Amino acid sequence: MEVLTAYAILKIVWWILLGVLFAGLAIMVGMDMGVGTILRFIGRTDDERRVALNIIGPHWDGNQVWFILGGGAIFAAWPTIYGTAFSGLYVVMLLLLWSMIVRPLGFEYRSKLPSAKWRNIWDWTLFISGFVPMLVYGAAFGNVMVGFPFHFSLQGTAISVYTGSFITLFNPFAVLMGLLSVSLSVYMGAAMVMGRAEGAMKERARTLVTVAGPVALVLFTIGGVWVAMMKGFTFSGPVDPGMPANPTIGLPVVQESGAWLSNFKHVPILWVLPLLTYLAVITGFIGARADRFQLTWWAGAVAWIGVLGTVAAATFPFMMPSYADPAHSLTIWNSGSSELTLWWMLGWTLVFVPAILIYTSWCFWIMRGKVSAEHVQADDHAY
Amino acid sequence: MVPSDLVVELSRWQFAATALYHFLFVPLTLGLSFILVTMETVYVVTGRQIYKDMVMFWGKLFAINFALGVATGLTMEFEFGTNWSTYSYYMGDIFGAPLAIEGLMAFFMESTFVGMMLLGWHRLTKVQHLTVTWLVALGSNLSALWILVANGFMQDPRGGTFNPFTQRMEMTNFMQLIMNPDAQAKFVHTSLAGYVTAAMFVIGISAWYLARKRHVELARRSLRMASLFGVISVIGVITLGDALGFIDGGHQPTKLAAMEGLWHTEKGPASFNLIAFPNQEAQKNDFAIKIPVLLSILVKHDLTSGVTGINQLEQEAVARIKNGIPALTALESIQNQLSKNPALANPAKRANDPALQQALTQFDAHKKDLGYAFLLKYYAPNVSKATPAQIELAAKKSIPEVWIIFWAFRIMVALGFLMLFFLIWATLLSLRGKEMTSPIFLKLAPWMIPAGFLACEMGWVTAEMGRQPWTVYEQLPTWISASTHSVGYMVFSLIGFVTLYSIFIAVEMYLMFKFARKGPDEHGSTGGGGSLAGVPAFARPIQNLNHD
Repeated sequence: MEVLTAYAILKIVWWILLGVLFAGLAIMVGMDMGVGTILRFIGRTDDERRVALNIIGPHWDGNQVWFILGGGAIFAAWPTIYGTAFSGLYVVMLLLLWSMIVRPLGFEYRSKLPSAKWRNIWDWTLFISGFVPMLVYGAAFGNVMVGFPFHFSLQGTAISVYTGSFITLFNPFAVLMGLLSVSLSVYMGAAMVMGRAEGAMKERARTLVTVAGPVALVLFTIGGVWVAMMKGFTFSGPVDPGMPANPTIGLPVVQESGAWLSNFKHVPILWVLPLLTYLAVITGFIGARADRFQLTWWAGAVAWIGVLGTVAAATFPFMMPSYADPAHSLTIWNSGSSELTLWWMLGWTLVFVPAILIYTSWCFWIMRGKVSAEHVQADDHAY
Repeated sequence: MVPSDLVVELSRWQFAATALYHFLFVPLTLGLSFILVTMETVYVVTGRQIYKDMVMFWGKLFAINFALGVATGLTMEFEFGTNWSTYSYYMGDIFGAPLAIEGLMAFFMESTFVGMMLLGWHRLTKVQHLTVTWLVALGSNLSALWILVANGFMQDPRGGTFNPFTQRMEMTNFMQLIMNPDAQAKFVHTSLAGYVTAAMFVIGISAWYLARKRHVELARRSLRMASLFGVISVIGVITLGDALGFIDGGHQPTKLAAMEGLWHTEKGPASFNLIAFPNQEAQKNDFAIKIPVLLSILVKHDLTSGVTGINQLEQEAVARIKNGIPALTALESIQNQLSKNPALANPAKRANDPALQQALTQFDAHKKDLGYAFLLKYYAPNVSKATPAQIELAAKKSIPEVWIIFWAFRIMVALGFLMLFFLIWATLLSLRGKEMTSPIFLKLAPWMIPAGFLACEMGWVTAEMGRQPWTVYEQLPTWISASTHSVGYMVFSLIGFVTLYSIFIAVEMYLMFKFARKGPDEHGSTGGGGSLAGVPAFARPIQNLNHD
């Protein structure tokens, strides 16, 4: 490959930054959503459920911003992806959105009234708003590997046209990836409860970690075998990485069986990523058995990075391949923002992402320690 | 393939409904966070429990409102992608930046610290907690700044230009984008409007307690703080509203003409239509009450300048449409050449291609009116074959719906002045310690709460309806901005939003009323007012508040 232009390098940097955001999203908000998913099963009494909610209570809102920032970053750095993906996935996006917008209400309103019926309703709301978004999140990555049915129509500007139905998006592989995502989120949620709750609930959470981890590993393995056999996407001719970000110029793209493994063949070091997932989940399993909260939690975070890294390594440089018109596939090279925008956004990101990490850590540090039922009952504002 | 008319219409309805709904919660968040911060600062400085009770009480109402603000804000971000995909593609390079920065810089801070603010009382020192509350208030207001920078670009696109090789607008100057005068003026106007809304809210609920002689001490202090805060803010809102009118007069003449119901250009000094029944078909007002000279004063800040009317603006649109046609045909030719020979995307190769160079020259000469050519494309898909009648029609449609803007604007202004007088009254009563002696005031105040919300909504309608038929003023028309969905999808989503949001508002109002009625948990305040609760208000020493 010839020497990359600054613009091409910037595109790669932004692809990595998007990965960082996706990992932040999965780890942080995924953890809160995991708690929502397991709330009804891990907390047997109202007090126990309130303890679980208050473990993540001071943090869920901040964590959720990873999700919003993920959306914002796609808009700013990958506007073509933003418009094409969100409109193409319309019904799925709405399910995601509707399940997510009931979430702040679930937290904020649930414990405001004493009625058991009222609280049960919001508990189920929290279940839906934990389970559905993580299912959709994983399924979205599944669909990136399967490809999407869309093309661009030229009307002086590029208009994206999606030709599939929403059922298309729930293909078996996407569902498998969705379940993988849910199981990792349950793992993270359970790990958090294990670290911050006491007594029977803590033990239940600990057991759940040791179940969710291996389930995730099985799903990951099935997914890996599936990917090896499915039709991936690849370039059949030269592509200029510094090209103008215009999907209608058309790329030489073909679909081939096993194409998603070609990056691993060319750069064998990438096998570290799936391996990391296995090691992390096993470490997490051992950590949970040994009742080591920190180890278990961080192992879960690394497992997420391993899974997302594996998908990213397999699909590079594709971001949204199209099987309806492969030449219109969206890649890192043809779907980003202009060079100036990417530079500016890089500057803002380099200043603010570290700041976010620092003050988020401070908040977790301040709120560290066990959450007990007495505590929750005494606090007028508690969830 | 382009989106069908009905889909565009339904997309607009959905966006308007979800935005107006979101904007019920935002102003209160903006203002209440600053009122909370003021109360808590007083608490930390004086150490008096009553102020902590106030923070706790208003904080609970803040949290109920905040939850819905966050929830409905999620919708707003994603709707650009889901329903306005061509807009996102065309403008994302510029518009996406302030949106992402809002997340990075403001929303993250606000959301991270709001949890600490609500649940961190036992874990944080007084000063730490105060800092956290400050950061929440700062975060929510910075959020408004970045959102309005994004919106400012839609009103007055600066800092970007069209790139024919990517077929979209791209950023050329980031500073121009953020220093946009429309955005800056609107930020101050909008956030102050939020402060007024919150002040009206606090005054209304406090007065409700005072009328019932409940929580008198807390209510009187809250009322005083809110009315002072409100009166300063409302003066600012009106001043900045005037500045916005001045700015709009310069760069959005069609919006201004619609706001004023001005069909024909008026030579200076122009008169102001106080009340009018605009008739868009006949291009005149069926009825009007005019105030001479006032319009020149309002929008040009002098006594002599004329103001351009809709009639003349339409003629100007005709010229701009005609000038835009060669830009669009050149652009289509560039696209053709690119798809035949993708290598031309490379700048080195395109330099030696005469056909491409010719198209580029033609494009550059006319590109400032490209947006107008897109406007015409709706009526004449092949713009180079457009008839004069089609051009006339497109020009006619470049004028927004006059009566909505005219009336939304007047309702907003009327409510603004109503609140100004009310807040002055509230402040005078409170400063003289006489708020308890005016039963009319106490009865009226709760009914004034909706005025702030309604004024905010009307302001939004004026600004956004006034921008039509463009999503980005004079650059990208609305009809081409929407996603190419089926009508069925749109009906499905609209029903979903209406159902969910109706449930939300019912639940929220129920909780708001319940907790407002329930009132604060008072922790044996040491101020004199508590012990005077049973004493008739007129018999109470006025200065008992001033001594605290």
